[in-house]
Amino acid sequence: MSYSITDPSPRTKWFAGTLVILYALITLMPLLWIITTGFKSQSEAIAYPPSVLFEPTLEGYVNLFTTQTRVSEADLAANPPETFAEEIAASKGMIIVGPSRFGERFLNSVIIGFGSTFLSVVLGTLAAYAFSRYRVPLKDDLMFFILSTRMMPPIAVAIPIFLMFRTLGLSDTHLGMILLYTAVNLSLSVWLLKGFIDEIPREYEEAALIDGYTRFQAFYKVVLPQAATGIASTAIFCLIFSWNEYAFAVLLTSGNAQTAPPFIPTIIGVGGQDWPAVAAGATIFLVPVMVFTILLRKHLLRGITFGAVRK
Amino acid sequence: MAQIRIENLRKDFGSFTAVQSSSFTIEDGEFFMLLGPSGCGKTTTLRMMAGLELPTSGHIYLDGDDVADRPARQRDIAFVFQMYALYPHMNVRRNISYPLISQGMSRGDVRRKVDEVAGILGIEDILSKPVGGLSGGDRQRVALGRAIVRDPKAFFMDEPLGALDAEFRERMAEELRALHDRMGATTVYVTHDQLEAMQMGDKIVVMNHGVVEQFGVPQDIYDWPATMFVANFIGSPPMNLLEFHGMAGRGTDHVMLGDAKIAVPTLLDGAQGDLALGVRPEHVHLDDDGSYRGRVTATEYLGTTQIVTLSTAHGDVKARIASDKKVEIGEVVGLRFNPSTVSVFDRSTSRAILSDGNKGVLAHG
Ligand SMILES: Nc1ncnc2c1ncn2[C@@H]1O[C@H](COP(=O)(O)OP(=O)(O)OP(=O)(O)O)[C@@H](O)[C@H]1O
Ligand SMILES: [Mg+2]
Repeated sequence: MSYSITDPSPRTKWFAGTLVILYALITLMPLLWIITTGFKSQSEAIAYPPSVLFEPTLEGYVNLFTTQTRVSEADLAANPPETFAEEIAASKGMIIVGPSRFGERFLNSVIIGFGSTFLSVVLGTLAAYAFSRYRVPLKDDLMFFILSTRMMPPIAVAIPIFLMFRTLGLSDTHLGMILLYTAVNLSLSVWLLKGFIDEIPREYEEAALIDGYTRFQAFYKVVLPQAATGIASTAIFCLIFSWNEYAFAVLLTSGNAQTAPPFIPTIIGVGGQDWPAVAAGATIFLVPVMVFTILLRKHLLRGITFGAVRK
Repeated sequence: MAQIRIENLRKDFGSFTAVQSSSFTIEDGEFFMLLGPSGCGKTTTLRMMAGLELPTSGHIYLDGDDVADRPARQRDIAFVFQMYALYPHMNVRRNISYPLISQGMSRGDVRRKVDEVAGILGIEDILSKPVGGLSGGDRQRVALGRAIVRDPKAFFMDEPLGALDAEFRERMAEELRALHDRMGATTVYVTHDQLEAMQMGDKIVVMNHGVVEQFGVPQDIYDWPATMFVANFIGSPPMNLLEFHGMAGRGTDHVMLGDAKIAVPTLLDGAQGDLALGVRPEHVHLDDDGSYRGRVTATEYLGTTQIVTLSTAHGDVKARIASDKKVEIGEVVGLRFNPSTVSVFDRSTSRAILSDGNKGVLAHG
């Protein structure tokens, strides 16, 4: 029997499979930890050694989404719990007095994350198309300049940005954060998308020009569908950055436009950090990027090669 | 349908001149060939005519209107690209209907028109297929369908058969020509294959290094090349060019190739110095009485004819003769050139000297 590169021997397959599983275990462990902690009770969350099997509770999630206050036995009896969440609160001698700020912060994250992703991709696509197709004076220098904005960590310019935002009244606003994240993402987006658009033969657009379409029609009817793969993968990269961004968010937002990352660690329960609630917040926070990535997965798998194998 | 007139068309890419100063006219309904070696500016010329490239200077008249500065969509021409450029995200039917949709034609009419075109090209059965998996020939037909579907003023084709294999090329070439004859549409066809140009074209323009070398009907270009480049580029094997140093006076009817006196059509112009005598292989005859002599160095059997290569004092000469004639390698034979078919070139300008033979061709070429 002989084995080729494309058809390895069973032993090689076993070995490779084991390695992959091991690697997956190591990388997924923290994720598993977070997800399970979200379903633990406060005492179980800090138990040592950590419990693997436990009775799941939604306490963390209820604490995450609600504001509660401790009341006397009499008051508790006067307000019998009606909903499932109230029952959980009541079991600890609390009643729910309103929603927490988590929903708001999460919504901020969605608005700012997706807003800046949308802007980065739209501007990036237009710029990349122009750089790819038109004779732009000093094209190479401009492309290098765009890249050079990412040669230091964005947070290195935090102080000027902080002052600038204060002067312009952009501090703690959604618009300010969207603009900031767009500015940071744009260089990646232009570079990635230019690579993809360069790969699309000009003849397709030219055929459309001949077929009676304007340059802009040719762009959005012919080039855009061809660039879908590149646009999808660029969008994922942009979203992951702006979704997870922490440092600027801590520095520039507070009451109004604060996103989820700086908010989640500040969830304080009664008598110290409410770890199950923090874990529940982190779990929910993971979901949108995961869903977005899975939705665009088909494109991403092809796109991740950055156009290299596109024929 | 349209007449297309090109006047002093020029295209510079930076400091590089891709097309120098082209002028020629394509009559209504002609199958017109743009012929030349790779990189000579054929595609650039065609793209300027189509509106995909802005000329540096010059004029392009489409039915008398100067369209040089107009965008492609206002010229009403169709273009078949070398690699077809079918829209990859659309199926065959949508590809063909795309030019109609831009005109705002109703859906029913589009459908009818596409079906009609598919019938002409014999591609009814692939209309709902994606273009990705099509064979080369079918892609070609879809590209043609997209071109003919809206009855444009003219068809431009850039090496449309270049991507097909040899056997299929011939069939597609016939189909193309038949399609043209049926529709009578003005067609400009770019190729670097001189045989294809001779076979299919009503008229040919031969280009080299961005310069129009000659323009005319295939027979004239073949018989009376205007320049040494054309003499060498057209025909297989090409025209023999015997280089000599001497004198070709106005009014004379012969030149001296060493000691041999070679009859030529009466020259209407004169030149002296570095000259060349041009004669097609089929006009070279082996004749023991011939005063010009050569030694046979090779023979190539081609069925009814054979190509005999002879070494002479002024370079190699190829003769196309009947294949039943026996020639031995190493044999020294006399050569006779058919006098009324010979051209004389001035090597300093590379141009043919005007003579009784080529005056009709060179006058308008
Ligand atoms: N956009 C461009 N920028 C710079 N030079 C160009 C450009 N397009 C064409 N050229 C140059 O102009 C010359 C003519 O090109 P063109 O494509 O017209 O040649 P062609 O006759 O069609 O050749 P081929 O048979 O290889 O297709 C070539 O030397 C080419 O490198
Ligand atoms: Mg070309």
